[in-house]
Amino acid sequence: MAREVVTPVAVLDAVRRSVGAGLHDLARIWRGVVGEDAYERYCDHVRAERAAGEPDHPCLTEREFWRDRTDRQDANPQGRCC
Amino acid sequence: MGAYSSDRPGRAGRDVGDVLEQDPSLPPVALDDDVLDAQDRRWTPVRIAVWAAIALLGGVAWVVLAVVRGETVNAIWFVFAAVCTYLIAYRFYSRYIEKHLLRPDDRRATPAEYKADGKDYVATDRRVLYGHHFAAIAGAGPLVGPVLAAQMGYLPGTIWIIVGVVLAGAVQDYLVMFFSMRRGGRSLGQMARDELGVIGGTAALVATLVIMIIIVAILALVVVNALAESPWGVFSVSMTIPIALFMGCYLRFWRPGKVTEVSLIGFVLLMAAIIGGGAIAETAWGAELFTLDKVTIAWAIVVYGFVAAVLPVWLLLAPRDYLSTFMKIGTIVMLAVAIVLVRPTLEVPAIEPLAAGGQGPVVAGPLFPFLFVTIACGALSGFHALISSGTTPKLLEKERQTRFIGYGGMLMESFVAIMALVAALSIDRGIYFAMNSSAAATGGTVEGAAAFVNGLGLTGVDVTPELLAQTASDVGEESIVSRTGGAPTLSVGLANIMAQLVGGRGLMAFWYHFAIMFEALFILTAVDAGTRVARFMLQDSIGNFVPRFRDTSWRVGAWLATAVMVAAWGAVLLMGVTDPLGGINTLFPLFGIANQLLAAIALAVCLAIVAKRGLFRYLWVVALPLAFASVVTITASFHKIFSDVPAIGYFAQNRAFRDARAAGETTFGTAATPEAMDAVIRNTMIQGVLSILFVTLSIIVIATALWATWRAYRSGSSATSEDDAVPSRIFAPAGLLPTPAEKELETQWAAVPADRRPVRTGH
Repeated sequence: MAREVVTPVAVLDAVRRSVGAGLHDLARIWRGVVGEDAYERYCDHVRAERAAGEPDHPCLTEREFWRDRTDRQDANPQGRCC
Repeated sequence: MGAYSSDRPGRAGRDVGDVLEQDPSLPPVALDDDVLDAQDRRWTPVRIAVWAAIALLGGVAWVVLAVVRGETVNAIWFVFAAVCTYLIAYRFYSRYIEKHLLRPDDRRATPAEYKADGKDYVATDRRVLYGHHFAAIAGAGPLVGPVLAAQMGYLPGTIWIIVGVVLAGAVQDYLVMFFSMRRGGRSLGQMARDELGVIGGTAALVATLVIMIIIVAILALVVVNALAESPWGVFSVSMTIPIALFMGCYLRFWRPGKVTEVSLIGFVLLMAAIIGGGAIAETAWGAELFTLDKVTIAWAIVVYGFVAAVLPVWLLLAPRDYLSTFMKIGTIVMLAVAIVLVRPTLEVPAIEPLAAGGQGPVVAGPLFPFLFVTIACGALSGFHALISSGTTPKLLEKERQTRFIGYGGMLMESFVAIMALVAALSIDRGIYFAMNSSAAATGGTVEGAAAFVNGLGLTGVDVTPELLAQTASDVGEESIVSRTGGAPTLSVGLANIMAQLVGGRGLMAFWYHFAIMFEALFILTAVDAGTRVARFMLQDSIGNFVPRFRDTSWRVGAWLATAVMVAAWGAVLLMGVTDPLGGINTLFPLFGIANQLLAAIALAVCLAIVAKRGLFRYLWVVALPLAFASVVTITASFHKIFSDVPAIGYFAQNRAFRDARAAGETTFGTAATPEAMDAVIRNTMIQGVLSILFVTLSIIVIATALWATWRAYRSGSSATSEDDAVPSRIFAPAGLLPTPAEKELETQWAAVPADRRPVRTGH
């Protein structure tokens, strides 16, 4: 039975990969927390609706989406706590 | 209304059985109850060792804090006591509530799934939503209350913050969030109307509106007190307005959606404003231009509040909200790291007998009930019920995540409160009392403050005028005497701790103004968001009589309603600013009472809902915090209304001043002129009437909730106002880290071919 050889390079590589994945995750969570990924999520949603064969809504462009987002906040204010 | 047959005991009382038939072509969307229970019961040796260590460390920390009570106490024990208690409460108590009281069912789709629209209803990664929710609930409240309560010594505040959050605050947030999620994200007001009927619902609505006015006014008062006579603070905080306008235009016209980028630019500009403020405050013209008295600043905030609330959101509110989130998370992490690294030694008595007995100069009133209203946010905050219903439930991915986000989110806010308490306790006791006693008591001079504070007979207090003058010059202020409101004290504490970590004494002035800026940013955001929300509530109410007002895009109506709301909180603010008794001293209890009353209202609604679910065995989970909040707020209100001690009772104060006025005196107590005496007579009357209004409204709400509970008990009703169950088609882990069983399911889901996987909008 051949034992897998663990070289320092492989270990380093694995560490780098897991740190990289961790950082990637953190960056994704940060983007989510500050709300930067809102447009991507909207696009995902529109794609999902189309895939489900629902009637086609016109998809907003990125600029339109962000305008619409703040304009909707005008009509639906969200509280901030004390 | 949905009534379900009960065929799966162990899940919700009335169950949803075959309605939730799962798509057989997909992996399971939920863990089985058996698997969940097995997860709980699998006590491996490592697990036992970890929890024993947590319990032991927490126990030692509590013993050090509560029993040993040496001359000094190290701040790290506060961190250990808090974190260990939170972990145990989260693991065991919140799990108990989940298992017996709420019984979430991951086979049911959340509103974010069945109402998905890609905009308001979006299934959001639990870790992201945790950050969102925390940023929405945490503001200046948990930073200010603990600072003021520090006058009673370190122990009462610590116990209330930690025990209060575990048994009351986090329970309220969790329950409200869960019930709102089951109702498509309905607001607290709507749930009150559904559960309590017209009378209870209307009382809850009016109470919410009045409470918002009080809360906004008193938060604004904190900012006014922090900025008065401080050219550095006024300059740097007013610079946030052009910075936010620039960020707003940047996002609107140049680079839409680049939120992190614009936040970083805003942050750099903000730092420049803080550093520049120091230079400008030193110039003659800068000092002259930006040294403003309290009344001027109060008027500026009133005008600002109106303008900010009628301007479009994209221009001012949204960009400042980004900046505030950025600063909030950054500064809180920074403070936590600094406290752990610096581990300041606190020379504070566990209990200060004088202040606990009601003679404290910071906030009047004895420990019970006033400790529990002075620290509202951080232990139990009714305002959270407005966030936990409405916004966050529309973003939840899975039902079981409410525990992590609702209960866990509030634990984090409590931790912020503990850090604020530690920061306030880390400064010299004499300085603390000199900063937080009203100008009427200290005369506003270092000599007067030293004489007053040393004469109080407080433990461990011995302050010299030189020390007060030195501290003021260290933090770059003209004076630190009678800077009431909590924010300046917290800033001195934060500057103290941070300076030990980075920069030493030379950077204290920077850190002080950094902290002032950070608090002002939160508060201003809360002020205009609060004004906006209150305006919509008012328009909705007027709409019942004049339908035109319902149309929120109607300019005239919007401006009128905004003006009414701003006038209401502006009047309370100006009253506090000009109050000869020192506004914070008399008004802050009103803030706490208002906030706790809202909590009592929210818990009363939860009580009625739990009763209607038929879960009487576990009703105590809600009844306990509800009873406590009711007793505290009603007792505190009665003190404020009926107390014979002028420093505590509004009407006693009113009577004392009226009698003096009638006797022809021109000065009385702290009021030096007949006008000041009239101001006291007017203010105490308004404050007293407000107290009566609050207590009446909340008694109505609590009584209707008890009535609804009794009726449910008598009739065994199982009517529900929940939305109908819809089967879920997605899976996600419940807590921060996936359990082995959840990982296994995640792997199964990852193996589903992309074209057959229900597309979730959450990533």
